[in-house]
Amino acid sequence: MLNVEGLGFNYKTRKVLEQIHFGLKPGEVLAILGPNGVGKSTLLRCINTIHPPATGTIFVDGEEVLSLEKHEVAKRIGYVPQRSEAGKLTAYDAILLGRKPHIGWNIKEKDHKIVESIIMKLELDKLALRYINEMSGGELQRVAIARALVQEPKLLLLDEPTSSLDLKKQLEILRTVRQVVKDNRVSAVITMHDINLALRFADRYIFLKDGNIFAHGGHEIVVPETIEQVYGVSATVEELNGFRIVVPNEE
Amino acid sequence: MEFIEGKMDELKEDTLPLAYTGYIRKKISFMIISSILLFLLLIYSIAVGAANISFTNVMAALFGYDVGNVSTIIWNIRLPRALTAIVSGIGLSVAGVALQSILRNPLGSPYTLGISHAAAFGAAFSVIVLGSGSMRSTGADAVMLNNPYMTTAVAFCFSMIATFILIAIARYRSASPEVMILTGVALASLFTAGTMFLQYFADDVQLAAVVFWTFGDVGRADWGDLGILTAVTIPSMVYFLLNRWNYNAIDAGDETAKGLGVNVEKVRLWGMLVASLMTAFVVAFLGVIGFVGLVCPHIARKFVGDEQRFLLPASCLTGGLLLLSADTAARLMLAPHELPVAILTAFMGAPLFLYLLIRGYQH
Repeated sequence: MLNVEGLGFNYKTRKVLEQIHFGLKPGEVLAILGPNGVGKSTLLRCINTIHPPATGTIFVDGEEVLSLEKHEVAKRIGYVPQRSEAGKLTAYDAILLGRKPHIGWNIKEKDHKIVESIIMKLELDKLALRYINEMSGGELQRVAIARALVQEPKLLLLDEPTSSLDLKKQLEILRTVRQVVKDNRVSAVITMHDINLALRFADRYIFLKDGNIFAHGGHEIVVPETIEQVYGVSATVEELNGFRIVVPNEE
Repeated sequence: MEFIEGKMDELKEDTLPLAYTGYIRKKISFMIISSILLFLLLIYSIAVGAANISFTNVMAALFGYDVGNVSTIIWNIRLPRALTAIVSGIGLSVAGVALQSILRNPLGSPYTLGISHAAAFGAAFSVIVLGSGSMRSTGADAVMLNNPYMTTAVAFCFSMIATFILIAIARYRSASPEVMILTGVALASLFTAGTMFLQYFADDVQLAAVVFWTFGDVGRADWGDLGILTAVTIPSMVYFLLNRWNYNAIDAGDETAKGLGVNVEKVRLWGMLVASLMTAFVVAFLGVIGFVGLVCPHIARKFVGDEQRFLLPASCLTGGLLLLSADTAARLMLAPHELPVAILTAFMGAPLFLYLLIRGYQH
């Protein structure tokens, strides 16, 4: 599904990302972890070519995205940035905007059908005709995810989708994303700060350190040594109620 | 991947599509009602004035029957004036709504960003220094543009200078409301100072003429001017309408827009170029008419929301309506004297500007 080979990105003369290699299968959720400023968000923007990478190739579903037109990329990759602006328009219209890469002169019946089905799937029907500038952070985030889904992407990129949400909303959002990924056999790459939340919802993990991949794999790579090396925090990793959890040893 | 396959059955006859259709219908009704109002206002505006003309005579004259003097008044004075108000109202308003979107700034408009002042300076420069117009010290028609193309071209060049300064600052600092409006203030005072400099060296007849001329007035356009204005307004309007989904995407944030495949920088640059061109033409022919580009989009937002598919056409309608009603009022208020419409739009626009500041500028 997603194949990243030798990706590198420089900001002015500073190397931000170097030699990033990884792959992702359909139906899998990948969590990108690492300290602030390590380049997690930059990696997402490189993958959907908002920041064209300096080196490397990115294949989505067998196609090299760097050689595609912008709107062709948008048909394959749905991107939910950390923040989106909210004007006085309904959730329905905000989600309909996700059809932009597919829209020619005007909206077709099919566009409405897709929007309606995603609204039902994300249980947004009660909110559909409310103005998004009157919505809470969690509701707005679900609208943004719905907008990315109506793009009918093969790959979803979410930049810290849970950062400003309460515990319940965090779980809801990630549950929705995982459900959509499994049901539609797409892939998702999510940048996160909360390792424990990642451990509940992701299938694969990448720890970034100094612009490189420090560790890459399944649950088994989330061990005290990795946490210590990447974050500089000594931690214990334990199993609780069937979930792996990371508990810092320091106060 | 097919998101909808097999899921359509679940939708059944649910209420959402119906409710959405109803919601859309409301916006369309607003536009139909505005169009009807605009037409009625046009007839009214032609009928009233120094010589009141009956409705039947107005209609008769408009349909080409010869009603003597009435036909002359309508065809030579009132109709071009009313149509100019509508066309320039549309042009300023649509430029304003596009600027508000591409700068993601509710205070954006040709006037608040200083583009109008730059165009005014350019036009004054062309008239006084390059001699593209001759002056008469009568209020009614202070400036005859001998060479409207040169005046407009120079006005356009200066409005472009202002635009490029705005784009550069938006890029290197930010396009935040504060930065953009302060840049607008700086540009407006710079170009106003430039115009004053020219006025200082003008003789008294020229000075009087330029002062009259800077009061924006739709009464000075004849059929030829109106033709040129229309020829600029319609393509600009179509251009902005074609970009409605791009503007919707930019309204959702630059990052979201880029994720949707929009070339944000390109859309922003071209949008500003077209808005400046539109402004330059209006200013070159009519003078500075402030606040129309700011107020009319916000009136439209009140009724149809921020969705560009409806906001753009609705802003055109409110633009035409507002400028025509303002001009009609300006003609009647102190009759038989006719006020330049810009004085009235400033009286209406400034309070709204303050209201937006007080309410906080959420887009």
